[in-house]
Amino acid sequence: MVLVFFAYFALASIAAGVLTVALKHPVHCGLALLALLVHVSGLFILLNAEFLWAVQIIVYAGAILVLYLFVLMLMNLKTDDRYLHSSYLYFLTPAAIGSLSVLALLVRSPFGGAKGDAPTEAILEVGGTHAVGIKMFSEYLLQFEIIGVFLLGAVIGAIVLAKTPKPANKERKA
Amino acid sequence: MIPLSAYVAVSAVLFITGLLGVLIRRNFIIVLMSVEIMLNAANINLVAFSHYLESMAGQMVALFINAIAAGEAAIGLAIIIVVFRGKISTNVDEMNFLKW
Repeated sequence: MVLVFFAYFALASIAAGVLTVALKHPVHCGLALLALLVHVSGLFILLNAEFLWAVQIIVYAGAILVLYLFVLMLMNLKTDDRYLHSSYLYFLTPAAIGSLSVLALLVRSPFGGAKGDAPTEAILEVGGTHAVGIKMFSEYLLQFEIIGVFLLGAVIGAIVLAKTPKPANKERKA
Repeated sequence: MIPLSAYVAVSAVLFITGLLGVLIRRNFIIVLMSVEIMLNAANINLVAFSHYLESMAGQMVALFINAIAAGEAAIGLAIIIVVFRGKISTNVDEMNFLKW
């Protein structure tokens, strides 16, 4: 059962990713990106990361993607005739060869390693969100604060960048 | 039980897709979307390792990546609006005014 869900989410997210890159109209690309985000959040559920699933749906699909669609609608983009790099065929073959060799390596490797201190049973006992919260506000508090300052900077930067500039010759006329 | 390498393979394929999108698409907004695909591929990787190695560190970093992606989208789209206001198209080949 888990295997069926994994196969569905994996194949659908890869197909949506390819469509995001390959479709011509930007709005269609945005919708394909939405499908990708939703299916990736399904993979998070399979990995017992419910909090990350919720964050993925709310922040990515709900906020970031809507921001993209707002800008797309605002700018009323026409589809470019020349929408791919002029020599993109030269990229495709090396990319295919490289990704196939990386895939062959990945599927063969065992990925062993030292186990951490949060086995699945312990997380399921207290709940994933609780475990994430305890971890975030104890060990990762400094990073959390840094992310807060980063987001403040991003907000200020976006406001400053997108502000309507004053006409430059206003004082000359007066 | 799904092996860890299956998740890593999915994430690798998604990452390559996003990288190709950054390299071959010429529309700035699509380039930003491809960056989001790459960030999502990294997130899958982090969460899969976090689950299989029984540590919370991967999920933490994935959450921080989500926050970074939000900031990056806000700043990137603001830059697009500024560039588009200057009557330049969103073709990345025509945005070269920082070049000398």
